[in-house]
Amino acid sequence: MAVGKKIENKVKKLFRGSLAIRQIDAGSDNACEQELVALSNSFYDIERFGIHFVASPRHADMLLVTGPVTRNMAEAVKRAYEATPEPKIVVAVGDDAIDGGIFKDSYTVLGGVDSVLPVNYQIPGNPPTPKKILFSLLNILENLDKKPVILK
Amino acid sequence: MTIFIWTIQFIFIPVVSPLCAGIIKKIKARFQNREGASIFQPYKDLWKLLHKDEVISRDASWIFHSAPFIIFAVTIVVGANIPLFGLFFNNTLTGDMLIIVYALSIGTFFLALAGMDTGSAFGGFGSSREMTLSALAEGGLIFSLLTVALISDTTNLFAISSSIFGQGQHFFSALLAFSGFFIVLLAETARFPYDNPDTHLELTMIHEAMILEYSGKRLALMEWASANKLLIFFALGTNLFFPLGLAQNAYTGAIVAGIAIFMVKILIFCLVIALIESSMAKFRFFRLPDLLLISFILNVIALGIIH
Amino acid sequence: MLEIITAPISFFILLSLFFFGAVGSLLLRKDDDSANIWGSFFAITGSLWGLLFSVATIISEHIAAFVVKGSPFPLLSLSFNIDLLSAFFIFIISLIALFCSLYAIGYVRHYYQKYNIGALGFFYNFFILGMLLVVTASNGIFFLIGWEIMSVASFFAVIYDRDDQENVKAGFLYLVMTYIGTAFIVAAFLLLYKFTGSFDFAIIKSGVGLLPVGVKNIIFLAALIGFGVKAGIIPLHIWLPAAHPAAPSHISALMSGVMIKTGIFMMIRLFLDILQPIPIWWGIVVLTIGMISSLLGVLYALTEHDIKRLLAYHSIENIGIILLGLGSALIFSSLSMPVLALLSLVAALFHTLNHAIFKSLLFLGAGSVINQMHTRNMEEYGGLIKYMPQTAFFFLIGSMAISALPPFNGFFSEWLTFQSLFQGIAILDSSMRWLFILTVGALAFTGGLALACFVKAFGSIFLARPRSVEAAHAKESPSSMLFGMGALATLSFLFGIFSSQVTFLLEKVGRSFTIFQNMPVTFLAENNQGLMVKNGFASVSGLAFLVFFAGVIMVVIFIIRRVVNRRQKTKIGATWDCGTDLTSRMEITSTGFARSIVLIFKGILKPSIQHEIEYHDSESRYLPKQRTVILGVSDVYKTYFYQPLHTLVHILSLRTKKIQSGNINTYIFYIFITLLVVLFATL
Repeated sequence: MAVGKKIENKVKKLFRGSLAIRQIDAGSDNACEQELVALSNSFYDIERFGIHFVASPRHADMLLVTGPVTRNMAEAVKRAYEATPEPKIVVAVGDDAIDGGIFKDSYTVLGGVDSVLPVNYQIPGNPPTPKKILFSLLNILENLDKKPVILK
Repeated sequence: MTIFIWTIQFIFIPVVSPLCAGIIKKIKARFQNREGASIFQPYKDLWKLLHKDEVISRDASWIFHSAPFIIFAVTIVVGANIPLFGLFFNNTLTGDMLIIVYALSIGTFFLALAGMDTGSAFGGFGSSREMTLSALAEGGLIFSLLTVALISDTTNLFAISSSIFGQGQHFFSALLAFSGFFIVLLAETARFPYDNPDTHLELTMIHEAMILEYSGKRLALMEWASANKLLIFFALGTNLFFPLGLAQNAYTGAIVAGIAIFMVKILIFCLVIALIESSMAKFRFFRLPDLLLISFILNVIALGIIH
Repeated sequence: MLEIITAPISFFILLSLFFFGAVGSLLLRKDDDSANIWGSFFAITGSLWGLLFSVATIISEHIAAFVVKGSPFPLLSLSFNIDLLSAFFIFIISLIALFCSLYAIGYVRHYYQKYNIGALGFFYNFFILGMLLVVTASNGIFFLIGWEIMSVASFFAVIYDRDDQENVKAGFLYLVMTYIGTAFIVAAFLLLYKFTGSFDFAIIKSGVGLLPVGVKNIIFLAALIGFGVKAGIIPLHIWLPAAHPAAPSHISALMSGVMIKTGIFMMIRLFLDILQPIPIWWGIVVLTIGMISSLLGVLYALTEHDIKRLLAYHSIENIGIILLGLGSALIFSSLSMPVLALLSLVAALFHTLNHAIFKSLLFLGAGSVINQMHTRNMEEYGGLIKYMPQTAFFFLIGSMAISALPPFNGFFSEWLTFQSLFQGIAILDSSMRWLFILTVGALAFTGGLALACFVKAFGSIFLARPRSVEAAHAKESPSSMLFGMGALATLSFLFGIFSSQVTFLLEKVGRSFTIFQNMPVTFLAENNQGLMVKNGFASVSGLAFLVFFAGVIMVVIFIIRRVVNRRQKTKIGATWDCGTDLTSRMEITSTGFARSIVLIFKGILKPSIQHEIEYHDSESRYLPKQRTVILGVSDVYKTYFYQPLHTLVHILSLRTKKIQSGNINTYIFYIFITLLVVLFATL
């Protein structure tokens, strides 16, 4: 309960009460996607904080990238980034997205989202639990008015 | 004083419509046993979108650039010309039912063109589906409005609202016409079972597919226009078929009461729509013309049993 | 001053202007440029004169009825009767001819060095001359002469581009259908002559009581079929989608905007003026034909991907709408409700005028596009709004007008048609009321489907990315073509805003009919702001709507751009393509756009789909090289109506051919038998 209240205040103040997230699957094994989908169910209910998921990068404020960026998805991820209007935030979710995770050093992946996009924040975990993702989003939104820092 | 009242009539629809959309989302969330966003969330969304930058495709022409303004202006013009809370607006120039229906078609026209303008696959088929449904819904819409027009012996919307309650013997006819109108309302405002406004799957989108390329202030105007259209149809439904509590003359008390009663009626409408959306699934696309045909038949029967 | 303008001599000057234009153009055929300039100059001058003449006639209500002496034949009297209805149609002809001639100055340049420009000018001017004769002739045979001139001149115009065999076939079909129609018209006139003793319209009108009821009905059916072929009602329409695309675009515009209206003109003249009083079933038949034509016309238009065929089918649809007005006028007049009949007639006349304007605008726009693209197939267009911005803008105005969007003119004539049908539902008794309810349904659906069709047409032609190499190399049209289109677009807008003034003049035209002579009350109120029907049942104002809309949009733009959104920037990027490269093949095609509607109406349209697969390896079925899908719509009329008719006629003639044995003895025997029969018959 205390966690929920904190995010709401922050979202109200910073991203003016509304955040649109576009989730990009850059070759992930779908573990992170399942946890992200769980955020919209009636237990975690991310909508009550004014955060919602959108279908098109043009509508988005934040890009949530999961998966080590495979070679086939590199161009697509770049185009999605360019299609998003400013101001935007890029968050890499999951160990795979941070540095390749369990697919690190494979010939098929480029090794983490920061090899194709300028990443603002990272949420570690394989996959991170929905509660952890919520908590990390809180952290991010608290730090939004400060200079973006890569959390290692 | 009259300027003040006219201002309220103009800005009522754009100011209240995001609240309407918010209430529907909140009730749906409650049905799903979750808390949901606050009912003022759409205002915050619009505010954020109005302050974002835009990215526009280089294939888009001036139609894409100007369509949101045209569509939004159309909804404001139509909203100002229908009975909302007061019947004392003597509007014989633009309060005719046919000009309202065709003015809304201007909005659909430019929306469909804007969907095709960027050359993306989703926009194209979104426009195709939207025009298919809109072409079929227009018949039902004109007919349901025609039924109440013939009951009240006039096609001016304000005059219909004032006189329909005197025609108690046509109650059953008006009820049938209202059910036909309700089916068309769901079609024109892109609600279940025609379209899912919360979907993320482009293959199931109709209205959302055409605005996939918009961002920033233009997206804000498109979403706002869509909410305006929802409220316009609610207003037509409540005030043409159940015109209780509309202010007969321009006294402050009557106007305040009129606005309050209108809000209550809108709340009931929102509840009904949320109920429908929570209890059924979207229909397959080729079953939708059957639904519109049912609306047409209901209205034809309503017309036939007037005399 | 007005007397001089409306005198008979003025009308002869009008006719001779076009005559000199035709003859001179043919004489100058050796030099393309001067033939073009001469023909166009005289056509423009003639049109301006015609406009002056017709407006003066309508304002002064001066009817000119005169006979030119010296006709060599006893039954043919060269008599003209230019009443207000004729003057209105002269106005439509002149207005459209003016802008088409302006457009032609630039457009005909594409035919230089290819075909004979002098011949084109000749046939063009004679075509307009024929139409003028048709709407003013007051003698049956003289009328037929004018009708022939019009049909033959337009036939030669249709086959003008004769390198393409399809055009020649289209012209042949057009000729055959026109002559079938003319045969029915001749039959109607002959029947009228037999019972009233004259071909003269005035004498027929005074002698209409001499016609027995059965004969009158036969005359109605013959005239309906005969003039219906020209107007393009379903199922007599099969020549329209073939012939209108084949002709040069300015002549297509004239054919589609004006020539098919001459059929409507004669229907109004015969049914509402000459043959009155009429039974109610005439109106019911016309109303039903109007309903079917409008719905089926727009449905077939949705299936088309050839732009001119699409516009031709829309002409059929709008003729249907005009017939809805005319049919309800006939029904009201037979029930002795002249006020409502006048309302319906004014709706029909207004829609005639409006359709002429926006349909010619659309055809001229299509002509400009086809000139640049060298193909009529809409699937190869795309993105032309960037290369031809003015043409795109004018085509957009034409599309909005034909889809009946306010504040353009199409909305107001459809509004009037709707109002007359609403009155029918309100006032008539139960059986007629159901017919009118169905008619309102048809009109409502037609409006919606026409909107869908023009989103498809405009979107496929002008929006998104070019779908072929030629589309990327298109250039804007020369200024004479742009001027012709721009003027028509402005007229479309102005006739919408000032619809009440126009309706006032049209009511004057309608009141000139005998059946409307002694009507005290009118449906138009005195205020000139908007249209108003009958004690405030309905009223609408185009000007108010425009002012409202323009004001609101300016306020919105001001608030959004200046107040709310001052520091935000707009970046130009690529279309969001989900990471794959977008080619022009991924845009929606015009066939794909309309396919949903075609499948919904598959009972009427009978769509067909054919698959063909070509494999790399003839033995293995897993590696296709090329896959072709052909989406089509089966031609119902040829299969079920014309083909059986054709087979029947063919079989009958084969049977009859058996008499011709080739043996001269048999023929002498036939003559002997005939002599015997005639001798016995006269005894």
